[in-house]
Amino acid sequence: MTTPSLASLHGNRACALGAIAAGCRFFAGYPITPSSEIAEQMSRELPRADGVFVQMEDEIGSLAAVIGASLGGVKAMTATSGPGFSLMQENLGFAAMTETPCVIVNVMRGGPSTGMPTRPSQGDIMQARWGTHGDHPIIVVAPASVQEIYDETIRAFNLAEELRTPVVVLYDEVIAHLLESVVLPQRRTVATVTRKWARGDEASFLPYAETDDLVPVMARPGDGHRVHVTGLTHMPDGFPTQKPDLVAKATQRLLDKITINRDRIERIERFETEDADVVIVTVGIVARAARRAAQDLRSAGVRAGLFRPVTLWPFPEEALSEAAAKAKRVLVPEMNAGQLALEVERILGRERVARLNRIDGEPIAPADIARRVREIAA
Amino acid sequence: MNEAVRTPFDIKDYLRLQMMPHFMCPGCGHGIALRCLLWAVHELAIDKNRLAVVSGIGCSGRVGAYIDANTFHTTHGRPLAFATGLKLARPDLKVVVITGDGDCLAIGGNHLIHACRRNLDLTCLMLNNEVYGMTGGQVSPTTAIDRLTTTTPHGNAEPTFDACRLADAAGASFVGREVTRQAPALKNVIKAGLAHEGFSFIEVMSDCTEIYGRKNDLGESPEMILSQKSDMRPEAFGNVADEPFRPNRLRAGILVERDRPEYGKVYRERAAAERAKAKAKA
Repeated sequence: MTTPSLASLHGNRACALGAIAAGCRFFAGYPITPSSEIAEQMSRELPRADGVFVQMEDEIGSLAAVIGASLGGVKAMTATSGPGFSLMQENLGFAAMTETPCVIVNVMRGGPSTGMPTRPSQGDIMQARWGTHGDHPIIVVAPASVQEIYDETIRAFNLAEELRTPVVVLYDEVIAHLLESVVLPQRRTVATVTRKWARGDEASFLPYAETDDLVPVMARPGDGHRVHVTGLTHMPDGFPTQKPDLVAKATQRLLDKITINRDRIERIERFETEDADVVIVTVGIVARAARRAAQDLRSAGVRAGLFRPVTLWPFPEEALSEAAAKAKRVLVPEMNAGQLALEVERILGRERVARLNRIDGEPIAPADIARRVREIAA
Repeated sequence: MNEAVRTPFDIKDYLRLQMMPHFMCPGCGHGIALRCLLWAVHELAIDKNRLAVVSGIGCSGRVGAYIDANTFHTTHGRPLAFATGLKLARPDLKVVVITGDGDCLAIGGNHLIHACRRNLDLTCLMLNNEVYGMTGGQVSPTTAIDRLTTTTPHGNAEPTFDACRLADAAGASFVGREVTRQAPALKNVIKAGLAHEGFSFIEVMSDCTEIYGRKNDLGESPEMILSQKSDMRPEAFGNVADEPFRPNRLRAGILVERDRPEYGKVYRERAAAERAKAKAKA
């Protein structure tokens, strides 16, 4: 059977298919609404693809198992929602520190705490960036359609492998369960990336040596280099250190690894921002509403545009500055009490930035955004 | 017989000598446990390249770094979960977990019972020194009743876990316990655990002389190690539920050996059948 070229899928199913297409062969997870369909799909697909699915005893163990599989050399993923994502934070930091590629899908639901399991939210924008402790690198992608969930899940794996880092795929409950047409490329046409492996017979090998792109070459167990992997701050040889100069260097490299590779990481969508008086900045399903609002406003003579960071973290700040350079006002609509707005205000200053927040478990409608744009444009 | 087995055991062949001197306290039993593990690895002629050692946090967590193998020093309480992913992804590796009484029974207790239930081919060494040594000597789930620790300054009032009974009840297909005093016996239990197909749980009665021993006036290392011997009573395993853990009657040796399907094998067989079915349909 060949992969169909066009399929009608909901977001969570597209996520699982994207992962398989990207080469994911290990999934560990724990049931949680509204992400469980990803695990269900993976439990069906992975054995057929010669991969492994395991339902772990909790989300902590899920990410641990994923990291374990990835350390063994297999592309691995987990999927969860807010409460589970909170439980994963310590091991997410371990993946960042040990530079273990992995993909974590977080389908956002209403919070805090158990909140509203079946209602959409964008309340984890800041948790996705700062959830684990310490100064750490992270990449977060925020798809806005079912097609983009498929594509961005593949890209998440590629970025994870290329840069040896955890990558979070962050989307809301609306697109998780939205049914849309998706173009599925033939599997062999999907461009996939695999991390740089050590051959295993190099005379001297440092598992955390500094390379040009700051991404160290990885040793696969069994290939010959018997390396030590630790969440303790470590030297290029992998062993722990507390020497201030070495600690500073190691931590800085982790952060720089993302910074110097920003061009490879950042992806944005711009819609009619060139002459816009008001630029709307938002992600996920709200961006779909914002695009519609911008179109409606344009036909009514209000020059509105949309800036959407597809890569949410690191935030594409230069692209935003450029897109909003001429805008008189900037609106940040989001399904939370104001998280993305903090970053936009940091980049553009508070004077021009207005907010539109919804925290009642309902998505923001195009008309709500259009009304708010008219208010601030006046 | 394999060539490697005929060579006498030299611990230096299995250690990262550049890591010496090690950081364990004088009198700590963990070094004996490490030696016995490597001795067993040697006798079974396990290839160092294919040996993966996964550890958690605490004194036990640091032991792995001295082993010249693929070593993973993971997060507190989670080594069994990391090892589960590693072993499922890489069934060709021999995966050993080194954990402690706090790591395995407190913060990681959930992973332990599910690892026992799942019966994946892992060997778990729980180094039980009855205390959180790394953090300065706090009470652990195996600290005996009335003992003094930095968080039980008036004596421990909490009942203890019998880790082996817990592992047995959760379905571990191999359960063993040995004292560091009897190194060859400990080596043999570890060896049997390593050779066992399925989840093997081995409790190593270690000792923390510097912190726990000193605080409770248990004597120097030789006294502590000798008392392990007198604590061991072969008849008691299985009927000491209401007894405190130590001083107590503990049985040593191989306590449980049962024939249960190894999870990884079962999963791979089912997956292969599923692939064959899909192929037949296509």
